[in-house]
Parts: sequence; structure tokens; C-alpha cells
Amino acid sequence: MKETEKSNSWRKDFPLLNRDNLIYLDNAATAQKPECVLKAEMDFYTKFNANPLRGFYELAMEATDSYEDARRTVQKFLNARFPEEIIFTRNTTESLNLAAYSYGLSSLSKDDEIVVTIMEHHSNLLPWQMAAAKTGATLRFLECEKDGSISRKQLKEVIGERTKIVAVTHVSNVLGTKTPVEEIVKIAHENEAVVILDAAQSVAHMPVDVQKLNVDFLAFSGHKLYGPIGIGVLYGKKELLEKMPPFLTGGEMIQSVHRESAVFAPLPHKFEAGTVNAAGAAGLAAAIRYIDSIGFDAIEKQEQKLTALAMEELKKIPGISVLGSDKPEEHCGILTFTIEGVHPHDVSAILDSDGIAVRAGHHCAQPLFEYLEIPSATRVSLAFYNTEREVHALAESLGNVRRRMGYEQ
Amino acid sequence: MNSRTFYNEILNDHNLHPGHKHDLAEANRELEGVNPSCGDDIRLKLRVENGVIKDGAFQGSGCAVSQASADMMLDLVIGKSREEALRLSEIFRKMIQKQAGEEEMELLEEASVLQDIAHMPARVKCAVLSWHTLEEMLKE
Ligand SMILES: Cc1ncc(COP(=O)(O)O)c(C=O)c1O
Repeated sequence: MKETEKSNSWRKDFPLLNRDNLIYLDNAATAQKPECVLKAEMDFYTKFNANPLRGFYELAMEATDSYEDARRTVQKFLNARFPEEIIFTRNTTESLNLAAYSYGLSSLSKDDEIVVTIMEHHSNLLPWQMAAAKTGATLRFLECEKDGSISRKQLKEVIGERTKIVAVTHVSNVLGTKTPVEEIVKIAHENEAVVILDAAQSVAHMPVDVQKLNVDFLAFSGHKLYGPIGIGVLYGKKELLEKMPPFLTGGEMIQSVHRESAVFAPLPHKFEAGTVNAAGAAGLAAAIRYIDSIGFDAIEKQEQKLTALAMEELKKIPGISVLGSDKPEEHCGILTFTIEGVHPHDVSAILDSDGIAVRAGHHCAQPLFEYLEIPSATRVSLAFYNTEREVHALAESLGNVRRRMGYEQ
Repeated sequence: MNSRTFYNEILNDHNLHPGHKHDLAEANRELEGVNPSCGDDIRLKLRVENGVIKDGAFQGSGCAVSQASADMMLDLVIGKSREEALRLSEIFRKMIQKQAGEEEMELLEEASVLQDIAHMPARVKCAVLSWHTLEEMLKE
């Protein structure tokens, strides 16, 4: 099943996609990596490896330069004002925990409220459950309509004077819906609350400009952005980060340490305790350069075309219901669906037998499934390197699922 | 690996038309088994008298593997003694680990269609859920 579709010249950049018998449609879980990312990570170890920020010899300084270059690449990618507003973490989950432990615990008190949406990934819910439990603050939920949209009325009802933190996803990893960030930011800021955006599912699919969105914090994972596993980012407005206490403590994040006290390093190192993942950062920077070289216009166009095709094909299959909006342009490449009478794990096992990789389950968003009253579902998530032929193969395999499970049709 | 042949007629039939999926009013033992990764949820009920499983039934929801496995298990163990049932459970586990001999597998009758599950570690839990629940109930 070698891919030679002319329309998709990007595939050759991804070594893993050469694997026989694989149609990879689980891109929202983690994306495949282009050769240039793998090379950048390898280059760090073959050319610059030393402990960044610690040595005063040539090699260590080159390692530090590579790491700080990567920070500036991320800064430009998000259009942050300063490089020190970019904190490297392991992933979105760690970034959100940093925000909750450091900003949350130091700013919340008993009568305050934290607002999240019902669509949150567990990694943007559990840290806030923790912060609420520790500070006595109340956790409140923005509920969505069946199509994933959140009404202005909901925003006005739930976000109010008591709200101190609004932590919301940018794009739902289940419905693919984009949340109304601009409006959320406006209402939150009117109430003097900060907005923390989980951009894990958006950064790979659309330009994200932190100044334009005017969010206070933003988190994402490198691995969903065609970068390596093990590197993530927390963006925070400088004036907020400066006032926050450290999250983890130890080496690297200090200026001076005495027997009973320590002076913390300035930003961004205050939040980067211990030896950093410099090779991962170099890989992430390479991924960003790669995406820049293609451009979001081309990425969006290809993903939109594939999503529209997939949706059209899925609708033809009896027993399939797609969750969320019926407009393909409101899915960011994510199509989550149920097949009547067939458990999602069986759906994914049957697709797997045809070489198609998808995700099945509750997608780390159990409250959303409870709210929608669906036990679990199957998710297809597309990337720009997928092809129409792959979508047709998916549709063919899905069309056979009910029959293969013993139903008449 | 070869899951092409995995959803075969026997498995599908037990999933779509389970003979033992109902309530059991006269049950004297009852236990719920949950597999959080799949969301499989099985409530197993047995009527055990003088060390013999006189009757059994299950309720709940889950993937075809978990449902069919529970139904096939009850086909096998109803009428058997506690010791015989535990022995079958041990053989079933051996089969899943690809360590059961041919003679042993014959004892599992239709449940032996699940032998290919050994290739799919993610689904092993689904297949073993009802057997595990049964063991817990009989150990008490
Ligand atoms: C919306 C969203 N938030 C957070 C995460 C967590 O990302 P990670 O596991 O890389 O920390 C994911 C993906 O798993 C996600 O889809």
C-alpha cells in the first residue's frame, strides 16, 4: 500500500508512513514525525550534547544556544512578546499542572470560581479539581450544545465576578469543535479572570497568536505538532509568570542557594527545574520550521478537503452517527462516531485488521461522554499527510463492520 | 495479528444472541467485574448449591469479546463443580497465554475461539473479565 498520490507530496517527509499496511488516522493522539525533526534531535546528540545552561565551555554553550534558539522559534510561532514567556515542559499535561499548582494555588481562595468546559480533556480538568479541593474554590462548567458550540448565554451565566480562572480547550479532542476563545477572553477579562487555553488540539491545525487571542496562558504538546514526544510548552504573560512561585524546585531554577533559603532564577528558568530536554526542544523547533515551510493555508486546505470527504462517506454508512457539528469545517480533522450495536473497541479492532489505526474509548474526556449520554466512541483524526485514498479505504472498512459483527447489514 | 478471522460466527453469535444474558432471581452469589480500559462492565450471578454451579447468568455492557466470553463461559461452567469450573478457568488463562495443550483446549469447547486474543494484549482483559469475576466469586 505505498502512497504515491500526487496531491500529497508531503508524505515522503515522514519515514513511518512508508510502513506497509498502515493507514494512520490517530493523529489527534500523536502525530508522525518528519525526517527533519528526527534529524534535529539526532543532531543535538551528535553535535551539541552537553548539559545546557550549566557548563562554561564551548560545547555547553552551543547546547545552550540550541536550546534558547528553540525557545525563540516557539516564541515566534505563538507570536509571544518575549522569549522568556515560553516555558518548556514535558507536555500539555505538565504545562497545565504548572499553571494549576503555581498560579492556581497561589491566587485562589474560598469564594473564588474556576470555569472549565464540559469538553475538557482530563488533563485540563483534574488539575483544576485539585486546585479547587486545596483552596476551597468552586469548579463550574460551561456546557455545550449537541453540535459542540457554547452559547453566549452560557458564557454570561457561568463566567462572573467570582471567576478567577477560565481554563478551556481551544479545540475539543472529541468533537473537534473550536471554542469561542475571543468571546471567552473578553468576558473573562471584564471579570478580571485569567484565561488558560489548552491548545493541544489546535496548534497543529491553525495559526495561534497569543497576542491576538490575548489569552493569559496557553499549553501544548510537541508530539501532536509533528515534534518529538517529551517536550511541551507553557506560554504565560510575563507579568503573571514573574509573580508566580516555582512549580518544581531544584537545580537550574535558582540564582543562589543557602542552607535555609534560595533565590530563584529569573524567567524562564524559574520554571525549568533540573536538566532540560534540549534535544526535544531542538526537535520541536524543527517541527515548527517544517510547518512554516508548508504553511497553515495549505495544511488547512488539505485537512478540510479530507474531513469533508470523510464526513460525506461516513454519512452514507447505515448505523453511523458522527458526534458534534454536521459541518466538516467545524471539526478540525476530528470525526468521532458511534456505530449502532457495535462497541468502539470492536470497531477499532476490525479497522486494525484492515491496517487502519484509529482511537476508541472515552478519549480522556469522560465528563463529556456522560453529558452526551454515550458510553464511548471511535475517533478518526486526520492530518495533512493523509490522502483521499486512505479516507476511501476507511469508509470501505467501516461499511463492513456491522456485517463482520454478524448483523444482516 | 490475524484479527481478520477473529470476529467469527461463534463469537458474533454469542455476542448478538447470548443465551445467558438475563437476570437470575434465585442467584445466591453475585459480583460485578469492570474493565476500565474498555468500559466493559459485567454483573455475574450464580446459584451454587453443595459446591455445584446449578445456574448462572450475566448482565452488563461491553465489547463483543467481553460479552461473548461471558456467555461461552456460562455455557461451560453451568452444571460443573466449583473445582471443575476453577480448573477450566485456569485452562482458559493458559490458552490466552498460548500455553494450553490441544487436549486442554478441547475442554474449553467454543470458548477456544478466543485463543487468537493472545495476539492482542489490549483485548486480553476483555476476554478474561468474566473468568476473573467467576474466580473471585468461587474463591469466597
Ligand atoms: C485537548 C487535549 N488536552 C490535553 C491533552 C494532553 O496532552 P499530553 O498527553 O501530551 O499531555 C490532549 C491529548 O492527549 C488533548 O487532546
